[in-house]
Amino acid sequence: MATYTPSTPIDHYGHGHKPPAPPTPGGGDDGRNGDAPNYGARLRRARLGLVCGIATVGMVFVSLTSAYIFRRGLPTFDGSLNSYVRDWGEVQLPWVLLGINTAILLISSLTMEFARRQAARQAALAPLKSIPGVSLGDERSLPWLGITVLLGFGFLAGQWLAWGELHNRGFFVSTNPSSSFAFLLTIAHALHLAGGIVALLWAATTSLLQRPVEARRIVVDITAWYWHFMAVLWIYIFALLGLAR
Amino acid sequence: MATPATVHSHAPQGFIRKYIFSLDHKVIGLQYFFLALTAVFVGMFLSLLMRIHLIWPTAALPLVGEIKPETYLALLTMHGTIMVFFVLTTAPQGGFGNYVLPIQIGAPDMAFPVLNMLSFWTTFLGFIVIIAAFFVSGGAPLHGWTGYAPLSAVQSAGPGEGLGADLWITSIAIFCVASLMGALNFITTTLDLRAKGMTMMRMPLTVWSWFITAILGLLAFGVLLSAGILLLMDRNLGTSFYVPLIVVNGQVMGHKGGSPLLWQHLFWFFGHPEVYIAILPGMGVASQVLSTFSRKPIFGYKAMVYAMLSIGFFGFMVWGHHMFMSGMSPYSAFAFSILTMCIGVPSAIKTFNWLGTMYKARIRFKTPMLYAIGFVSLFVSGGLSGPFLAQPVLDIQLHDTYFVVGHFHLIMGVAAIFGIFAATHYWFPKMFGRMMNETMGTIHFFITLAGTYAIFMPMHYLGMAGQTRRYSQFTEVAYQTKLLPLQTFMTYAAFITIAAQFLFVINLFWSMFKGPKASDNPWEATTLEWTTTTPPPHDNFGGKTPVVHHGPYEYGVPGAPKDYIMQTDPPTDAGHSDTK
Repeated sequence: MATYTPSTPIDHYGHGHKPPAPPTPGGGDDGRNGDAPNYGARLRRARLGLVCGIATVGMVFVSLTSAYIFRRGLPTFDGSLNSYVRDWGEVQLPWVLLGINTAILLISSLTMEFARRQAARQAALAPLKSIPGVSLGDERSLPWLGITVLLGFGFLAGQWLAWGELHNRGFFVSTNPSSSFAFLLTIAHALHLAGGIVALLWAATTSLLQRPVEARRIVVDITAWYWHFMAVLWIYIFALLGLAR
Repeated sequence: MATPATVHSHAPQGFIRKYIFSLDHKVIGLQYFFLALTAVFVGMFLSLLMRIHLIWPTAALPLVGEIKPETYLALLTMHGTIMVFFVLTTAPQGGFGNYVLPIQIGAPDMAFPVLNMLSFWTTFLGFIVIIAAFFVSGGAPLHGWTGYAPLSAVQSAGPGEGLGADLWITSIAIFCVASLMGALNFITTTLDLRAKGMTMMRMPLTVWSWFITAILGLLAFGVLLSAGILLLMDRNLGTSFYVPLIVVNGQVMGHKGGSPLLWQHLFWFFGHPEVYIAILPGMGVASQVLSTFSRKPIFGYKAMVYAMLSIGFFGFMVWGHHMFMSGMSPYSAFAFSILTMCIGVPSAIKTFNWLGTMYKARIRFKTPMLYAIGFVSLFVSGGLSGPFLAQPVLDIQLHDTYFVVGHFHLIMGVAAIFGIFAATHYWFPKMFGRMMNETMGTIHFFITLAGTYAIFMPMHYLGMAGQTRRYSQFTEVAYQTKLLPLQTFMTYAAFITIAAQFLFVINLFWSMFKGPKASDNPWEATTLEWTTTTPPPHDNFGGKTPVVHHGPYEYGVPGAPKDYIMQTDPPTDAGHSDTK
């Protein structure tokens, strides 16, 4: 494009009457690096996407919470008593079992964090390994990712047992509003956690597919943050079901 | 995970990868656009059937035969749902946002191309599911696009409330998931993929509008999804979230203690931001087009940005104004009323700035400009009835009348559609490499503008006269019958306006193949999409990296050799710069 020399005073220029701002980078990776992908930029982008995803899941559970509180406080008219009564009921949750599940999930969050740091370390050291003559030795550590997947399945199995126990105690989805919400919140959480397990299995598959360790690190990293969010969300649901019975 | 760095380096080969399951944001944008174009004709056909039925209630119509009251309600429900979700949400954001946003910020693609493709195909699935509701036993649901419980929550509440209603809710849920994926992508792309020099305050107002719309979508669709899940549970699992103890056709239902108001709160917490999801991109397009064709910088760029942000912010605080009739506390109603009227302030700022942009300008009256002016006109006409309805005492009188139908059709429906028309005519040369026919476009504009006013302005008078909405016939009540001549006038106006839309479609497809070839920058505009070739290459800038040195609307700069400075033009010593 042609440049030009203005013949009018500077302050008549453009919109802002200010000197030009130096170009500032808006993003990082502009995506035009050909065959050398910028994993740092990808990781940042993936994390940003995850924050948006967490906001979305958060809104789902915030709205379910508002429905929970609304429905819990709602009186219903009982014709036989000719007055308003509370029909919320109170679901008898298997607290011990849920407590064990909570512990499993928290431990899995810890192992997930180890897996995340392990993946980050591997990704950071990957370029060094390609230098001839450089040997970093065999890194020995537990398969944290696999342990997390097992613990994740353990949590889901525990939740399955909890739902069965609720059935044994006579509480089904439609028994009363309290049991409806208990099933809804725990199942919705379990489905979201199952999504996290799928992502972990995908991360495990990437190593089998011989994808670059940096790419695997991105999947492990964002799944780890998601997993931590799932743990926090579960504590929240646990507290809601316990405190606002 | 595929990212721009990996997917756009080489253009995909083969028809399926290139045009069907494409990862290219431009192809996906066009897919959204054509999906919305299909949907708008379905929705328009349904409205035509309704309008014919209103003035000839006993006439047997093609495809549907004689329209019974329940058929009318099914038409009404499907018209509203298809138009709101699959047209007004799909075309401006999914269609033009997808196509133009990455190019306008200098990015090679969206941040997550695979997610983008999934988002489109999920939307497509949602459309198929909702269309399927027409063909199942009992037909389409009756509960309106707002799906109020308990009508929507009880399977035996009416024909169409069985499988048809399940499909309706499922379609909405699918659409929510698709929109959430899309919103996530838009936000990440805008924040992370801007070219060097493209600061937030150098972004075109279109980008701002898509960005803010995405934030609204991200926060609103999750709530609708939750509400839809609760509704499906009430319908199919016997829970009582929304349904109280109720008797349907003499039969006591198994529900107890639920509250229909819970649905209304959740629905409108989504529903009001949804209005802005539909109209904000239109505001962005109008700003872009008005500035370009007025050959002047947009008046008050920063004020426009902050106005859109505050409209989005207030949009989440006013849902209660849809529920004044529900018996809410007068104190709550007062708060919702005041907050609603607050939205008039940023809306007025925007209108003032649009007029300020055109004031004393050398306006080029090309078709995109005509539609942008039409948008402003409809936005004002439809918007001015908003403060009426924001007042509980007036709303109680007007709520269930045609006044509301006229209000939201002008502001949310037709104004947004004019935004889509403006966008289509404006970006068509970039999308297809050819120009649309100006004569046909101008004729279409004037017929559509006059036609939509002829259809929707009388609705305000009908409403004030007390004509009730959602009624399938007005022949039984004397005062309603007296208003029929105006309904007849509106139906004839609808015939003409709908017929004129074929002119648009002919122009669209004819120009696509036979229109004169477009140059890279036929409108002499400044933003990044006009710096690249027409149509843009697979990676948008042919391997180059744009660097931005200027604001988005530097028109009529004194001393410049041309009357516009493109955003990528080199900086000079002169000190002009971005929009600060």
